[in-house]
Amino acid sequence: MKTTWIEALPDLGLAFGETAWMVGWSFVLTVLLGTLAGVALRLTAPDGLTPNRWFYGIFGAVVNLARSLPFLILMIALLSFTRFVVGTAYGPTAAIVPLTVGAIPFFARVVEAALREVAPGKLEAAQVMGASTRQIVTKVLLPESLPGLIAGATLTLVTLIGYSTMAGAIGGGGVGDFAIRYGYQRFNTPVLLMAVVVLIVLVQVIQSLGDAVVRSLNHRR
Amino acid sequence: MIVVDHVTKTYATKTAEVRAVDDVSLTVEAGEIFGILGRSGAGKTTLLRCLNLLERPTSGTITIAGTDFAALSASELRRARQKIGMIFQHFNLLNARTVADNVAFPLEVAGVPKAERSTRVAELLELVGLTDRAGSYPSQLSGGQKQRVGIARALASHPTVLLCDEATSALDPATTEQILDLIKDINLKMGLTVVLITHESEVVRRICDSAVLMEDGRVVEQGHLIDLMRTPGSRLAELLLPINAAPTETGRVLTLSFAHDDADAPVLSHLVRDLGIDLNILGGSVEIVAGHKVGRLKVALTHPDSFEEHEVERYLAERGVAVSWA
Ligand SMILES: Nc1ncnc2c1ncn2[C@@H]1O[C@H](COP(=O)(O)OP(=O)(O)O)[C@@H](O)[C@H]1O
Ligand SMILES: [Mg+2]
Repeated sequence: MKTTWIEALPDLGLAFGETAWMVGWSFVLTVLLGTLAGVALRLTAPDGLTPNRWFYGIFGAVVNLARSLPFLILMIALLSFTRFVVGTAYGPTAAIVPLTVGAIPFFARVVEAALREVAPGKLEAAQVMGASTRQIVTKVLLPESLPGLIAGATLTLVTLIGYSTMAGAIGGGGVGDFAIRYGYQRFNTPVLLMAVVVLIVLVQVIQSLGDAVVRSLNHRR
Repeated sequence: MIVVDHVTKTYATKTAEVRAVDDVSLTVEAGEIFGILGRSGAGKTTLLRCLNLLERPTSGTITIAGTDFAALSASELRRARQKIGMIFQHFNLLNARTVADNVAFPLEVAGVPKAERSTRVAELLELVGLTDRAGSYPSQLSGGQKQRVGIARALASHPTVLLCDEATSALDPATTEQILDLIKDINLKMGLTVVLITHESEVVRRICDSAVLMEDGRVVEQGHLIDLMRTPGSRLAELLLPINAAPTETGRVLTLSFAHDDADAPVLSHLVRDLGIDLNILGGSVEIVAGHKVGRLKVALTHPDSFEEHEVERYLAERGVAVSWA
């Protein structure tokens, strides 16, 4: 007798909680570290405020390398690193490590591109008013590109949800793991569909919220 | 106030070396409005950017109020820059900030306490006539209003010098006049030294006391406007007060410059009567330049054998009229 979708609900709730846990943490870490990395890339670019050919070249290459690795491969490659950091390579908490490492390079490039959109004249205006590089970053670059940053963060969050289901495939837990257990291992299509619906709704809600924030920011500027 | 001494700025491009500014020397006196006029590509922006070290001159020195900016450390330079306001063709306001917060920016950067900031911002918005737009965002303002915000922001830290890079070139003629009048007003009220660059001779004619003409990175003419108007053959005079004279084949052509406040005195009719000369008026104009009424006039003296050239020159010179033949 197959599990009905009603019977699977508590299990799905648990899986959803695990997804929220690993995606939530990796999103917060990605935004913090990715913003730092993106700002560093923008500042040291040849046309940046503090150009540094070496840093930009090497750091940029590392970022590109990490971006070009498929997430599944990155996750496997990071197994021992994850074990070193978290103590185990399995479970939702362990999944935070590869998710964050995989998303940072992506978000860093998103940040760099958003910062690039700020007109150079605004930076010069700040410079001639005596602003330091740090003040230019916090008072000009980041606030002026906020709509682009939020759009990029929304995209990153959606991507993280996608990655998190892959993490589920190798024992990370969450909705991906749930879908594999019911849909793939037990051929329980109704329960699988339920997991699919949950994911679709989640992504839609996040995208709409992100779009709404961007719109309200653009509205008044 | 500002002394530019043999300043050259070159850029190395892939194909060649560009001499954007080529051995420029000039002096801007305290409290004057100094214009740098030239066509696009003449090197005006580069020269202006050298003044607050947005560009480092390749050679030569610049001192402002006795300070050589190139010799300052990074933090000293930041503090010195607060005493030099700058406004831009495209305003460069921050879209994420309201009008009031844009004006407060330089004060924030300088670490002025919040209460003091808002008093100063209110003062400045009053000065530029934007008190009622304090809470608006730049995107909600017209070009002229944006430039007013730019001016308020540039004045926030009580600068002694205001640099204007084509500040009115993105504005329509009526708004241009309002902004120029505001700059002149501030110059008079606060004794602010203003350096402005423009490709529009109208701007120089309307508010400048002195000007230089730039061409291919070089200063080709400079002086007080009122003196330039009296200088025979001055190109700045011709640019600021052009005479659209029809070419003529007959007679000896004479350009007369009246640069005093009785520029409309009947010198010409006296000339005709006293020296018994016949003349045709080819063209001319009378305008207010640097606060003085200045006229330039081109006439053709018919029957060249009926007068001595030096006699005409002396007669006019005695009456304060500068002359040049043709
Ligand atoms: N960063 C730069 N690199 C190379 N060439 C430049 C640069 N800035 C200006 N130039 C060149 O210097 C010359 C003067 O430019 P600019 O000072 O902007 O003139 P203007 O403001 O009078 O129009 C131009 O030929 C321009 O192409
Ligand atoms: Mg220019």
